[in-house]
Amino acid sequence: MKKQTLYAAGLHTTLALILLGVAFPVYFAFVIATHTYEDAYAFPPKLLPGGQLWTNVSEAWTRTNMGRLMLNSSLVALAVSLGKIVLSILAAFAFTHFRFRGRVLLFPMCMVTQMLPLPVRIVPAYQLMASFRWLNTYYALIIPYLASTTGILLFRQFFLTVPDELPDAARVDGAGPLRYLWSVLVPLSKTNIAALFVIEFVYMWNEYLWPLLVTTNPTLRVAQIGLKMLLTTERTVAEWNVIMAGTILVMLPPLVVLILMRRQFAQGIAMQSTK
Amino acid sequence: MESKFPGYRLLPYFLVFPSIAVILVFLVVPFVQAVIQSFYQTSPFGGVSTFVGIRQYRLLFSAPDYARSFLATWYFALLVILGGLALSLFLAVLVTRKVRGLAFYQVAFIWTYALSPAVAGIIWALLFDPAVGLGTYVIQRLTGFSMNFTIQGSSALLLVAGASIWNMLGYNVCFYIAGLQNVPRELEEAARVDGAGPWRTFWRITFPMLSPTTAFLVFVNTIYAFFQVFGLIDIMTKGGPGGATEILVYKLYRDAFIRVRYNYASAQSVVLFLIVAATALFQLWISTRRAVYLR
Repeated sequence: MKKQTLYAAGLHTTLALILLGVAFPVYFAFVIATHTYEDAYAFPPKLLPGGQLWTNVSEAWTRTNMGRLMLNSSLVALAVSLGKIVLSILAAFAFTHFRFRGRVLLFPMCMVTQMLPLPVRIVPAYQLMASFRWLNTYYALIIPYLASTTGILLFRQFFLTVPDELPDAARVDGAGPLRYLWSVLVPLSKTNIAALFVIEFVYMWNEYLWPLLVTTNPTLRVAQIGLKMLLTTERTVAEWNVIMAGTILVMLPPLVVLILMRRQFAQGIAMQSTK
Repeated sequence: MESKFPGYRLLPYFLVFPSIAVILVFLVVPFVQAVIQSFYQTSPFGGVSTFVGIRQYRLLFSAPDYARSFLATWYFALLVILGGLALSLFLAVLVTRKVRGLAFYQVAFIWTYALSPAVAGIIWALLFDPAVGLGTYVIQRLTGFSMNFTIQGSSALLLVAGASIWNMLGYNVCFYIAGLQNVPRELEEAARVDGAGPWRTFWRITFPMLSPTTAFLVFVNTIYAFFQVFGLIDIMTKGGPGGATEILVYKLYRDAFIRVRYNYASAQSVVLFLIVAATALFQLWISTRRAVYLR
């Protein structure tokens, strides 16, 4: 009995220490964001927060037009995650409820998307945007992202578990397939929709390379690029207090979404790992 | 499979059309064009393209900076994959022990997944800043070594790898927890009854049962270390100092969009594709192999 308690206490202590270690970089970033420029450069570094957080946040906010950048990121991340949910529900519905020639496409589609990340097609993809006249538009930031094989597989797996009696009953009641999809399947899929939403929102908010390429107009830049803008100011020495205030702003939205929806996220992961 | 709604012949095509269209137009077609471009040389002001066979590839494989970038990428990727997966597996094993109150820790590491590579990079750049970084200070105090990743190549590569491992920790731990919870308890108990110690049980039973998860995570972390880490590198080191952290994707970006050598860059895209394809097939092979011997 004594040995058991000791084991549990040791385990808890180890985990708590590791967690503190993992969280420490973010804490240190926060501390620096609360100090003046001079205090941020104090040596040895400060370990307790000061009172300059709002000054730094508003400085970072105005310097990079952060309001606009965060608005762009929110619009793009919302549009992409909702679009991916809709497109993958439609495709998964086709793959699970119909017998048609295109069914053989499912597997090659998934392999292809997995094997073609942006860098393996970057130059022609960029030229394509230029030829569409999509550079510096929301189209370039949204439309190329809309297909999600993660989503298709997630919904496919769930739709396969729905008993045959449901579509049969719908048919007897005279409901067509779209009606059945919208009034029966979609409401049943709430958990999967939420899971996919978290995964895709976080993913899209954090995209960096593509937005960097296809937008040069400051009003269309996204929040991640704001970090790059904060780092490259006229000063020769980095203003870490302002940079960290900006960093905290940029990292908050996906963090909040993930923490609020951590259950759905974990379920999404569990579903992915048993596919 | 029977159609659940017989009589709707065209509908399924309409349903899959948007996804297929996006994949074809924005993924497949550009990739095919990249392959084609890699065999051509376009004049700097557009217009004329000349077929040059494998010249771009010959240039690529004889360029010393490409060889260096190649080595740096593998070194970096191995650090991220081996270090990251070992650490995550260790953590996942700890938090899934049968001890009261560990449920909190099962979700307590997820949040690093929400940080973008760029955010991870900027935070680590602060932590190990030569002037203000607490990490630099502690290392100096403990070992006397004054670390400066803006001039020391190997410090830079190690730090970039450290930031990446930290960034991916939440995701990896999450998948390993899910994987561990899928391992049937009876198997482990059977091994214990047969007199195998916990160490042996883990390596002989649990770890092999986790191989699909491990294969999947190797793939995801390869993608991260080869591609998604771009933002982290761009923010922290810009490929420096002296090219020490100029991994393949960063070199590709600079050759394509700073030096504007589109054809040369496309050849690099094709090489990257071959690496991803090999990793994807490896993952597929591992996960199907397991499905067979469970039956």
